Order: sequence, then structure tokens, then C-alpha cells
Amino acid sequence: MSQSSALPAEQYNYSIVRRFTIMAMVWAVLGMSVGVYIASELAWPFLNFDIPQLTFGRLRPTHTTMVIFGFGGSALFATSYYVVQRTSQARLAFPWLAEFTFWGWTGGVALGVLSYVFGITQGREYAEFEWPLDIAITLVWVSYFVVYVETLRRRNQPHIYVANWFYLAFIVAVALLHIFNNLAVPVSLTKSYSLFAGVQDAMTQWWYGHNAVGFFLTAAFLGMMYYFVPKQAGRPIYSYRLSIIHFWALIFLYMWVGGHHLHWTALPDWVSTLAATFSVILLMPSWGGMINGIMTLSGAWDKLRSDPVMLFLITSLSFYGMSTFEGPLMSLKSVNALSHYTDWTVGHVHSGALGWVAMVSFGSFYHLIPRLWNARMYSQSLIYVHFWLATIGIVLYITSMWVAGIGQGLMLRSFDDYGNLAYTFIETVEFMHTPYVWRALGGAFFVTGVLIMVYNMAMTIARRQPATEAELSAKPAQA
Amino acid sequence: MFDWLMWFTRMDNSKPLALILFFGAFCGVLIYVFTDKRRAQRLESYKNIPFDDDEPGRPDASLAEIHPQSRKVNGQ
Repeated sequence: MSQSSALPAEQYNYSIVRRFTIMAMVWAVLGMSVGVYIASELAWPFLNFDIPQLTFGRLRPTHTTMVIFGFGGSALFATSYYVVQRTSQARLAFPWLAEFTFWGWTGGVALGVLSYVFGITQGREYAEFEWPLDIAITLVWVSYFVVYVETLRRRNQPHIYVANWFYLAFIVAVALLHIFNNLAVPVSLTKSYSLFAGVQDAMTQWWYGHNAVGFFLTAAFLGMMYYFVPKQAGRPIYSYRLSIIHFWALIFLYMWVGGHHLHWTALPDWVSTLAATFSVILLMPSWGGMINGIMTLSGAWDKLRSDPVMLFLITSLSFYGMSTFEGPLMSLKSVNALSHYTDWTVGHVHSGALGWVAMVSFGSFYHLIPRLWNARMYSQSLIYVHFWLATIGIVLYITSMWVAGIGQGLMLRSFDDYGNLAYTFIETVEFMHTPYVWRALGGAFFVTGVLIMVYNMAMTIARRQPATEAELSAKPAQA
Repeated sequence: MFDWLMWFTRMDNSKPLALILFFGAFCGVLIYVFTDKRRAQRLESYKNIPFDDDEPGRPDASLAEIHPQSRKVNGQ
């Protein structure tokens, strides 16, 4: 697959971008399929089959790791390596180190997933890797930072384009989060204990947890948005100055909001209030960025009728706007008292993860694939089919989770005239069965769309014209 | 010698101080970005960077998937 070395005329290193793009789609199929399976387990528990490796508890971190770090991480590696080269007009620095990031990241995620299936986990949500893998991932991440910064240093542009700011903030912040949240005392090769205890441990975990959302799943994908929306629209971003305000406000505010995951716990009340306040303020930069992205189409709205890739990108921004409205709402202590520990949270996460993260990634990939393999997309119609399957799937998913979550929350807090609980726990479980079935169906729609994309991508690659590979370079190398 | 540092350890002091510092920094960014007209023009010109490595006369260099036969091989 590596072709760049055979093509000295090629200015940019697309080989590494292609690899990460393919792996992102492999992880998407695996991770989302596991997601549908565990959603089905919740609706039909016999699917556990009394096999420990198939139980929800082991497959759930497998699902989240494969979609967040496998699919999302590989998509970010692919697009960031592409964007930094194109906007710096410089070839990727240290190609051997970039290769290491590919094998290290892919191997790390694969080993992590296997370890969860066999019950090896730190038990920290979204940070379940045990300490040997944590150290390995740190090495990969430092390599990523070195490659990225050195490529920026070699740029042939006086200014660093804003997309790179978001990517760089993501790289730096994730390094900080990963290191501090995983400080632990190993007692064996597969077991360690957190360096923190009690509420400090919980606070560190959710400082990590929400900033993983903020920097991994938001800031980095905004970097993607700031490059691919203008490129696909064929017009520059609506306001560059707004993007600067967006960046600094978002970066500053996100770091404070993790405490809203711990409302009504042993967390000091002022920390809870601080987190809720910053969460509400965060709405402004989030919507500023969304408006900046959507308004890029100002004067060219007709592209939504003729370009399915633009549909993906603009719909992703709409879901970004929706989930960044829902997030501050749920961070309010009074709302959180109802929503927390219910499926409303699960629905909220998926409106962001499927609607924003996955949709903007698919849109970016549909933009990238023809350019990476120098081929016309095999089928535009299949892109439309994918779009509608994904959109219907997300709507089914989040509406069923609203019903399940809000219904469950209301049932759990209901009292009869004598002050007794009005419903038993098992009654809430019975109530949730129907929404769980609809959720599994929504997930199945989404995965079907992904499978169609993989088919479309595979056919595109199969029909490419290798002889014209050198055409991919925009200009002779200057670096 | 370092007793004055204890002043920062009191939440009643450090919280308003942090508010002043961060809000001041944010206002500084706003003023920098939106005041000077020439600076504004310079900043807005950066929005075209994603199109800078396109071929001359083509807003999007990589429209090969639409007109694959019309592309020229660079440097050849």
C-alpha cells in the first residue's frame, strides 16, 4: 500500500494518511457492530450466552475503545497528517516516526481491546488500558506530537492555519489528560491501583473523562471541520476572526467542566456549581463554531441539494449544535438530578458521537478518498444511501434514549401518597425494553450505512488509476 | 519570605483574581481580533490558506473525481 517512496514527485506523504483512513473504517465496522450487539444484549439478555467474554461489562469498553480510539483516533491521525501537510505546504516530518505512530496506535488499540475481553481493565471509563499499554500509548503520542510540531516548523506558510491550532491543542491536552489520569501503582503486569483515592480519584477521572470529550471528540474534530467544510464547499470559512475567538474560548472553558459528571456526590458543592457554570458558558463558543461552519455555505446553500458530502458535513454541525445545547442543559444540577444514571446520558453521548464525530469523519473521508487514491467515487448514490441510513439511525437512537432515560428518571423519583417509591427497579427495566429495541434498530441502521461506505470505498480503490498517482501532488516539493 | 504566597491559597482571593486574569485575557483577545482594520484584513486573509496549494485558476485542486481526465501531472 505504501506508494509514496516509489513516487519521488509526490510532495505529500499520503501513504500514512491512507493507512489510517483504512484502519479508521476497519475500527468503525468492528466497534459499531459490537455496539449494536451490546445494545441487543440489553434488549435481549440471552445474547450474553453465559460466556464471560461476551457479557455487556466486557464488551462495552471494547465498543467504546474501538469507536473512540480506533475509529475516532485513526480518523484524527489521518486527517491531521493530511491537513498539516496541505496547509503548511510541507511534507510530513520524520516519516519513520509517523510509521511508528500508525503501528503503535493500531497495535495499542488492538491489544487494549483484547485485554478487556479477557477482563484486564483499570475500571476507569474511557481509560481502561492497564499500565503497560498506557506507557506504550504515551510513547506513540509523544511521537505524534514531534511529527506534528516539526511539520509545522518546516511549513512554507507564514501563518499556521486555525485547523492546526485545534489539532495541536488536542494533542497537547490529551497527553496531559492521559498521563495524569493514569498515574497508578502497578502490582503486576496486568494490575495497578490508582494513585488517587476517594473523591479526588473521581474528580481526576472526570476531569479526564469530559476533557476526552472536549479535546479528543470536539476540538480535534473541529480542526477537521475547519479544513474540510471550506474545501468541500469550495469557499473559505465564514469568519477567520470568529474561529480565533472560538478556539481560545473553547480551549479555556472545556478544562473546567468535568465536575458536572459528579453532581450530587461527595464532590464539594462549589466545584459542582463551577463546573455547571462553565458548562453553560461553553454553549457560546460551541455555537459560535457551529455557526461559523454552517455559514461557510452562505450564498451556496444549493450545494446541499447537489452534494451528499456537504450533507454529511453540515448535518454533523447541526448535531454538534444540538448536543452542545443538550450538554449544558444536562449539566444543570436540577436537570442532572433527573438525567444522571439514566439512558438520557447515553443518548446525549451518541448524538455527539454519531451525529457530530462520525458524520464529520465520514464527510471528510468522502472528500479525502478520491484525492488519496486519485479516483472518482464509485457511487454518489451510495453516499446518499449512507447519509439517510446514518441520519435515520441517529434519530431512532437518540429519541429512544430520551424516552428510556427521561421515563426511567421520572419513574425512579416517583412517590406514592404515603412516601413510598411508586415503582420498583425491575418495573423501570421492563419499561425500557421497547426503547432498547428501537435503539438497537437505530444502531443497526447506522452500521448498515458504514458497511455501504466501506463497499463504496473498496470499489473506489479497486477502480483507481495507479499510473496517475503522482497527480496527487499539488506542487513540486519545496520542503 | 514566601508568606505572601499564602494569600493565593485562600479561595476568597484566588477566585476573583483568576476571574480578573482570565476575563482580562479574553477581552484582550477580543480587542486584538476585532479592532484594527488592517489587522482584521490580515487575519481574514488567512482563511484562504486551505486553497493556497490548489492549482492556479481552480478553487479546488482535487476535483479529479469529477473530471479525472482534465488533470495535469504536476511538474511533468
